[in-house]
Amino acid sequence: MILVARHALRESLRRRIFAVVIALSIAFGALYAFGAHELFKDVSGFSDDSSGLDPKTLAGATILGLAMFGSLFLGAVLAVFLTAGAVRGDAESGTLQPLIVRPLSRRRYLAGRLLAASLVSAGYVAFAYLGAVLITGLIGDWWPSNVLGSLIRLSGAAVVISALALLGSVFLTATANGIAVLMVYGAGLLAGLLGEIGDAIPSHSLQRIADVASWTLPFEELYRDALRELVGSAHGVTGAIIKLGPLGGSHDAGPLLLPWAIAYVVLAVLLAGWAFMRRDV
Amino acid sequence: MAAVLSVSSLHKRYGATAALSGVTLEVGEAELVGLLGPNGAGKSTLTGTVTVCGAPAGSDTARRSIGYLAELFRFPGWCTADEVLVLHQRLAGSSGGDAERRELLELVGLGREARRRVDTMSKGMQQRLGIAQALIGSPKLLLLDEPTSALDPAGRRTVRELLEELRRRGTSVLLNTHLLSEVEHVCDRVLILDRGAIVAAGAPAELTRARGVQVELASGTRVFDGAAREDVPRIVSDLVAAGEQVYSVQLLRSTLEERYLEVVA
Ligand SMILES: Nc1ncnc2c1ncn2[C@@H]1O[C@H](COP(=O)(O)OP(=O)(O)O)[C@@H](O)[C@H]1O
Ligand SMILES: [Mg+2]
Repeated sequence: MILVARHALRESLRRRIFAVVIALSIAFGALYAFGAHELFKDVSGFSDDSSGLDPKTLAGATILGLAMFGSLFLGAVLAVFLTAGAVRGDAESGTLQPLIVRPLSRRRYLAGRLLAASLVSAGYVAFAYLGAVLITGLIGDWWPSNVLGSLIRLSGAAVVISALALLGSVFLTATANGIAVLMVYGAGLLAGLLGEIGDAIPSHSLQRIADVASWTLPFEELYRDALRELVGSAHGVTGAIIKLGPLGGSHDAGPLLLPWAIAYVVLAVLLAGWAFMRRDV
Repeated sequence: MAAVLSVSSLHKRYGATAALSGVTLEVGEAELVGLLGPNGAGKSTLTGTVTVCGAPAGSDTARRSIGYLAELFRFPGWCTADEVLVLHQRLAGSSGGDAERRELLELVGLGREARRRVDTMSKGMQQRLGIAQALIGSPKLLLLDEPTSALDPAGRRTVRELLEELRRRGTSVLLNTHLLSEVEHVCDRVLILDRGAIVAAGAPAELTRARGVQVELASGTRVFDGAAREDVPRIVSDLVAAGEQVYSVQLLRSTLEERYLEVVA
């Protein structure tokens, strides 16, 4: 399993995936720093406000929420590219055959691929997010209320997406699977938006749909819960505005979310293994 | 002879198509068996099922004693020849180390290409690297699925010599191919598979049948259809008694190709 993961990681290294990703991320970070700088400058104008609005929190949470969205999106793209072809794609290109006849169980093969994709995608998400936190904090002197909590949830979301891509790779060819997983990712975001609308109207049935959808696709619930961790401390008007505005998707998932996400990933790998066993390569 | 591989009444269906319908075969120790058959006969299905590309069967020990090269395979382009072998040594749990890799590359004629990246290799070189990979861990049984289809004549010859070397070392080989000449030259035994069933089996010499006797006479050549080796003395003495001058006598055998076309028609 470790061997498979190492092989996959070395492939990413050799193919210069990391080099490209890091170069682009640095550009992305510079853009972000510029945006944050401008934003904090603008909001500093309406600081002495009697309404209880805290402009620093508003600006910081808004822009960091955006950064979270961006990091997770890029992490999802990485996860999809690293695992979309793990089974059927690699079988079609012929790279799977020599591996799978070795004394290596199919479940371990899958676990190795997941490990590599998770390390890369979750690692990237963590790296990009921490970078954004640092930039926001240094420029605007605003720090999220729970960096570690939101970091774990956001990275976890990338792992969940990797697991879904791995599961899909047993049934679909690489391209079809990549499209499918990115669409599922989009559907998750849509569910989050529905929830936001449901909160605003407020509509219980919309909220219900959003909750069911985002627990079914827990990367979305992890993302919503990560947003909540960002501004857990913002109360009153600021809290309300942030919740209605940029972080409308934030949602308190409760203590069951992390265990559920772990179980979800394990189940996805077991299901993928079960289906893979039944397949001819 | 102890069987290294023993398959009995193997059936395999893909939906409505029966790819294999009751195949029974054995491969003995140090035996080189050729599996011939037209496209779609089920050759790949057979070797694939025997290894684990079909359903994952068999213990790790069994897997370690089998070397397999699929018809369709590719090594990652970014790996060097040596790295491919290192990975497979680890996967196979081989402790051969450097020496094993060097020896195998030498054996397949890639001794000087250890550091060459797969994506700069010709198809033939990749195929030979594939064979080296299949030989990691010194398997008792080697299954090769059309290993020479991408090779030029020189490459085929390298593989043929390699197969002979393996037989000397006591490795059993099951070789899928549609190249009759290959089988005729190197195999101890030939199985002809057609539509999922074995339609002919035997040593190459057994499969090629006596077809007649050709005699060269002063008056020209004459062919005695259906005559066999036992008939030669009688034919010659009859001819001599009839006052003919006999210059040469030749036994005619149907080639493997003719036999093959007969049974798979
Ligand atoms: N994965 C598969 N799905 C469906 N049919 C298959 C599959 N693999 C092989 N077949 C069918 O099984 C038969 C035997 O194929 P194969 O073993 O590849 O033949 P050969 O290697 O002798 O050319 C063919 O009819 C082929 O179409
Ligand atoms: Mg074939």
